[in-house]
Amino acid sequence: MARKLLLTHIDVPGIETFDVYRKQGGYRAVEKALKTMTPDDVVEEVKKSGLRGRGGAGFPTGMKWSFLAKPEGVPRYLVCNGDESEPGTFKDRFLMTKIPHALVEGMIVSSYALGAHTSYIYIRGEMMPQIRIVERAIAEAKAAGFLGKNILGSGYDLEIYVQPGGGAYICGEETALLESLEGKRGNPRIKPPFPAVAGLYGCPTVVNNVESIAATVPIINDGAEEYAKIGIERSTGTKLISASGNLVRPGVYEIELGLPVEEFIYSDEYCGGIANGKRLKAMVAGGSSVPILPNNLATKTAKGEARLMTYESLADGGFVTGTAMGSGGFIAFDEDQCIVRNTLNFTRFYHHESCGQCSPCREGTGWMEKVLHKIEYGRADVADIDLLWDIQRKIDGNTICPLGDASAWPVASAIRHFRDEFEWHILHPEEAQQRNFGLAHYADPLTPVV
Amino acid sequence: MLSVQENMMVEFTPALLEQFGDVVARYPAERQKSALLPILHLVQAEYGWLSVDAMDKVAYYLRIKPIEVYEVASFYTMFFLQPKGKYVLEICRTGPCCLVGAERIMQHIETRLGVSEGEVTADGLFSWRGVECVAACGFGPVLQIGPAYTFYENLTEASVDQLIDDLKEKAKNQ
Repeated sequence: MARKLLLTHIDVPGIETFDVYRKQGGYRAVEKALKTMTPDDVVEEVKKSGLRGRGGAGFPTGMKWSFLAKPEGVPRYLVCNGDESEPGTFKDRFLMTKIPHALVEGMIVSSYALGAHTSYIYIRGEMMPQIRIVERAIAEAKAAGFLGKNILGSGYDLEIYVQPGGGAYICGEETALLESLEGKRGNPRIKPPFPAVAGLYGCPTVVNNVESIAATVPIINDGAEEYAKIGIERSTGTKLISASGNLVRPGVYEIELGLPVEEFIYSDEYCGGIANGKRLKAMVAGGSSVPILPNNLATKTAKGEARLMTYESLADGGFVTGTAMGSGGFIAFDEDQCIVRNTLNFTRFYHHESCGQCSPCREGTGWMEKVLHKIEYGRADVADIDLLWDIQRKIDGNTICPLGDASAWPVASAIRHFRDEFEWHILHPEEAQQRNFGLAHYADPLTPVV
Repeated sequence: MLSVQENMMVEFTPALLEQFGDVVARYPAERQKSALLPILHLVQAEYGWLSVDAMDKVAYYLRIKPIEVYEVASFYTMFFLQPKGKYVLEICRTGPCCLVGAERIMQHIETRLGVSEGEVTADGLFSWRGVECVAACGFGPVLQIGPAYTFYENLTEASVDQLIDDLKEKAKNQ
């Protein structure tokens, strides 16, 4: 059995309540940090652990913390990013539902490390049940003296508030999230300045993912060295992987980084193989924005080595024969799935979610959707595949935030690995038009969005 | 001191205003605009949608310009600027849910309710629409219903029928 750090007590009845969580050793990290460590000690410990941001970018968390500006007389903020909206990713929703105190405890430890006295947990608005759960956990922690004034007699004060989003994927981008938290449209800001210098209300701010914040608890409890012993190379610790698509057992799994992809898909401890006895056709490892890989590159690298669940191994081969860990949103496609249709679906998502601030993203995502719609329904010609390739290249790297890149990579990788499927739609227009996945028609991108 | 103008058409109840006050207290002084999204959620939960009158009154309460409310309300997909059915069935239509049959479920709901996406049934009870990823991909197909955003997972055509029947029954008894 793999070692678990975040989901250790997931099956304990009532673990979502303070009393049960506390009985299982909860809030020890707060006691240890506030009573025996300075804030800098906590930052140093997180740095040494090798923890990398679990939201998608994989930037070292401790290093991000150490960039925080500390001007005199200016408040600092910690903002937790719980705006989970990446297709394929649902680990944070799971964590907040099942063990909300792991997040609250991590928030207290992290806020202490950063010298923040007011922290916000931004949770996507649709997760109203999770918002209520986390708010209840905060109230319980406060009633027990772990929040508020002079926590545990340490002289440290902290309040945590939950902020609901309004339904916009772009608010998962840290500067768009801050704009939203300030009561505005979620338009990303140009960086620099980075939030560490000018974030919420223009003050130094750290934005961390739910899972990253929860991971600080075992790091403080057991020490950085113990944490870093798990995993390999520069991928230390455990990672929550949310698995969906055509799998026998989709769900959220905590893995030790370094697990072979093949074992994750086929072993009974995890996904149990491809559903309905079918074969794997393709996989997405880290949410819809990372490149899709065909079967032969899903479990093996281009060099023929076993592909591992690590930041390095998944990325091996760059974006030509590799992919990325991203948010850990693992999607499996069986042999009956249509890659073109899925690419159209993902592209519609990015078009819908583009904030409209940058022209390449605003216009390009819609243009890609139109071309993909034509291809899917056999109304295109072969030149349209090259046109699609050209459009995604013009979006990639040319926008303020990474949503543009995120829209381009699935298209590029689908064409790179499954060009024959794009051509099939064009060469067999009647068969393409006759396919029916349930809806008599797939909304034409020219139809107004309801 | 924040207050509400008296002579507008929408009257926020004292209970709602108390909730507004609790929200505003979460932010530093003069940063009350941060309360805009939470307050719009509260107003929509109370009235079912956001009328111009209601948005104007929120603007007045938060001491910001009405346009600042309109631009936010129209940017985020959760806010309805037109009346909808009492129950809005929001079905996830993004990749992972579609891999396990979300499109069939959407078709079934359209047929069962007899209205197109975004329309309201004649009895005023239901609307439906496809929404983008709601972060429950492993339990798809999924739908959600506001204002509490209750999730219904692993949908089948039979479970959707049952849900619609239950909601009709619930409405009858209210």
